Amino acid sequence: MKMRANLWIGGGFFALAVTAALLAPVLATHDPVLGADLMRSEEPPGREFWFGSDTQGRDIWSRVVYGARISLTVGVVSQLINSVIGTVLGITAGYWGGWWDDLVSGLTNIMLAIPSLIFALAIMAILGPGLFSLLIALGLTNWTFTCRIARAQAMALKSQGYVQAAKVMGSGDLSIMLRELLPNMAGPLIVIATLGMGGSILAEAALSFLGLGIQPPFPSWGSMLSDARDNIRAVPWLAAFPGLAIFFTVLGLNLLGDGLRDILDPQSRSRLP
Amino acid sequence: MLRLILKRVVNMVPTIAGVALVVFVLFSVIPGSFISSLMDDGRGGMDPAVVERMRRELGLDDPVAVRIVRYLGQLVVGDLGTSFRTREPVTRLIGQRLGASLELTFAAMGFAMLVGIPLGFYAALRPGSLIDTAAMIAAVSGLSLPKFWLGLMLMYLFAEYLHWLPSFGYGGWEHLILPALALGVSPMALLARTTRASVLEVINADFVRTARSKGMSETRVVTWHVARNALLLVLTTVGLQFGALMGQAVVVEKLFSWPGLGGLLVDSVVQRDIPAVQGGILVIVLFFLVINMLVDIAYVVIDPRIRAG
Amino acid sequence: MNPATGDTAVLEISELDIALAGDKGPTQLVDRVGFSIPRGQAFGLVGESGCGKSITALAVMGLLRAPLMRSSGQIMLDGRNIAGASEAEMRKLRGRHVSMIFQEPMTALNPLQPIGRQIAEMFVLHEGATWKEADARAIEALRHVRVPAPERRARDYPHQLSGGMRQRVMIAIALACRPKLLVADEPTTALDVTVQAEIVELMATVCAAQGTAILMISHDLGLVARMCTEIAVMYAGRIVEQGTAGDLLRAPRHPYTQGLIGAVPRLGARAAGGRRKLAEIEGVVPAPASFPGGCRFHPRCSRATGVCHTDVPLAKPRPGGGVVCCHHDG
Repeated sequence: MKMRANLWIGGGFFALAVTAALLAPVLATHDPVLGADLMRSEEPPGREFWFGSDTQGRDIWSRVVYGARISLTVGVVSQLINSVIGTVLGITAGYWGGWWDDLVSGLTNIMLAIPSLIFALAIMAILGPGLFSLLIALGLTNWTFTCRIARAQAMALKSQGYVQAAKVMGSGDLSIMLRELLPNMAGPLIVIATLGMGGSILAEAALSFLGLGIQPPFPSWGSMLSDARDNIRAVPWLAAFPGLAIFFTVLGLNLLGDGLRDILDPQSRSRLP
Repeated sequence: MLRLILKRVVNMVPTIAGVALVVFVLFSVIPGSFISSLMDDGRGGMDPAVVERMRRELGLDDPVAVRIVRYLGQLVVGDLGTSFRTREPVTRLIGQRLGASLELTFAAMGFAMLVGIPLGFYAALRPGSLIDTAAMIAAVSGLSLPKFWLGLMLMYLFAEYLHWLPSFGYGGWEHLILPALALGVSPMALLARTTRASVLEVINADFVRTARSKGMSETRVVTWHVARNALLLVLTTVGLQFGALMGQAVVVEKLFSWPGLGGLLVDSVVQRDIPAVQGGILVIVLFFLVINMLVDIAYVVIDPRIRAG
Repeated sequence: MNPATGDTAVLEISELDIALAGDKGPTQLVDRVGFSIPRGQAFGLVGESGCGKSITALAVMGLLRAPLMRSSGQIMLDGRNIAGASEAEMRKLRGRHVSMIFQEPMTALNPLQPIGRQIAEMFVLHEGATWKEADARAIEALRHVRVPAPERRARDYPHQLSGGMRQRVMIAIALACRPKLLVADEPTTALDVTVQAEIVELMATVCAAQGTAILMISHDLGLVARMCTEIAVMYAGRIVEQGTAGDLLRAPRHPYTQGLIGAVPRLGARAAGGRRKLAEIEGVVPAPASFPGGCRFHPRCSRATGVCHTDVPLAKPRPGGGVVCCHHDG
């Protein structure tokens, strides 16, 4: 069935990216940073340089493989930060309600009004370029969706019998949130995190492309594309391969997220009349 | 009706004030300023006396609270402050670039709606067909494409290789096509998916069964009863995408050297020209809020349930 | 042929099978169902939810959609066999010769269109009226179903009406073109008890006045008995007993019918019986994929014997007229 295809194809692409990141030293044929050799710059893909060489004679294949480390690190870590922030704010707001809920909802509304790339851009402006700044910037700007879902779920779940029962049995708020609420909203949150990871990888690429993220000479897919822009005519392969790497990684995560949603969200299945 | 519209306008005020506050606090609390960036910009050390004078002139020595109140006060009268970099009013800087940004945003959204909505509609009417599957694969791919990479590839294909269109710059419609495509593909993909889901939801609704039981042709059922109700569901997505598009345009504008807000924002960020960055963000947020307010008003016009209250 | 009038029946279903296509082959939902409705008469089809009665109604309307399909049998509407009729032919019949009202008046009307328009659409579709004429006639149709201030109401949207009013509008739509048959699928189930009686009475009088026959589908045997001349009781896709309303209610022969009657609350019965519980039929309706062999009611039947597990009971004549399908009826 189609839902299985989503999962397998998406999981497959993502697994490839993870493999590249983990095995980068084994898979790379050249040094991604120091392998510059101006005598051999701008060579098209071939036997020596599988994906061609860039303007400074570095092997694009090796740089794409190492680039997976940066993209995935940014994707996973920043999404983790988003998930934690969004879940904590959402559950507490939904469960406690009152002024805290008003405050969180107000903040969420404000965050929703600021396009996340613009917000990340602003934070990058303050923190300066680099990997650490990227993690913070992307980790602080994409938690609103998680927060909304967690809040709605917490509000719906808190009136359920078993939550009430736990309360009567004398469980503390923290224990109820961790043991009763969180496990019951894990499904949708995992789906959002999967899709959000793809979004973070795209945002990292965009910020690095603008010169605000990973700085040269380190190989990030986005910064490689930034090099490619000025040499698109002479070195089109420099643009093609990092872009394909981003595309298939994000596509993998999107398909995986869709597939997980089909399984974890029974409402989306078709019903009989 | 007029009262409803007024109410929506008034509703925007706290959000925009909140955004201004968040952005301002962000830039005030965290260390690193325009002047310190001047000092470590590689142009050599600056005379501390000059730094001191600049700080005073720019009002950076006042307590944060005072600066916030002053900034918000200026905002009320439409003053976004003075650029650190060019010493021009930020409103003028933005005014020079807003037109190009709007042009690009509207072109991209027009493309997204004209292609995405019919595509989703068509796919929903033939669920499981080859066209449906192809359209949905295209849609999920469109959502996974980095915009600037798509732009690069379009640039290579249509400008460098085929020589059909200019590769970058601002001018006639031929300059608009590639950036609008690059920017419009992902909202197009999202609209196709949303439209398909909405049509599938509506087409199984009871009132559509009623329409069929009245003896209507399927074409009439779809154009008369399904379309309006499904488009109502799509409208929210249109608003959110449209509103967010100007923010997303930053990368595409940079790629195609499009003289819009994006370029201004990126340059200002690099040089830590805080008033310009704040102003740019506020204008983009305002655009988002206005578009979504218009969508709200459209709901009031289209949906009698909301019109009633 | 109806011996009383010498006329053909307005609806005659015979040996109707409806199946649900699935990954593991089709599942039979309706099994050799047959009955006929004489002109202008009201016929009741009664059973618990999931017994196949609503699907039978959709088949009469030609509205079965994949994965549901009619696998065999005939549906004669006004002398024409509509089983196997093309969609275009069906479309001409729907609304004009046969129309339908549904259970949920909340969702059965288009939320974005004034109700007058939704009635007017019928005149435009089937009688070639202009919108102007049709709008005027829609107001008349609303008056016909006793909607107060119809000129004003016609401009209202569905959400502005109560459930009972909406169902009146549905009736107005369904009867707009004076069809020969009205299919009513649980028309009052979603309504308040006080409104139910009004709607049933309205349906009955309006249909009687213009000679429209009714196929009334409900789980409520009492309600159907009040309104219909003849009743068929369905269980798990089959008709188990059929007869005139009065006779069926007075002297039910099938244990399932008897159970249904026992489950109907009678006013005052509780007071008289003290704390005695309302009789219930043990167990639940089986899912179509796991319909038991033999008589499908046997797992829930107190009279079941070996033959009920193995042999499908054939229809035999009832003493008071009609048929019953049970090995141990009485």
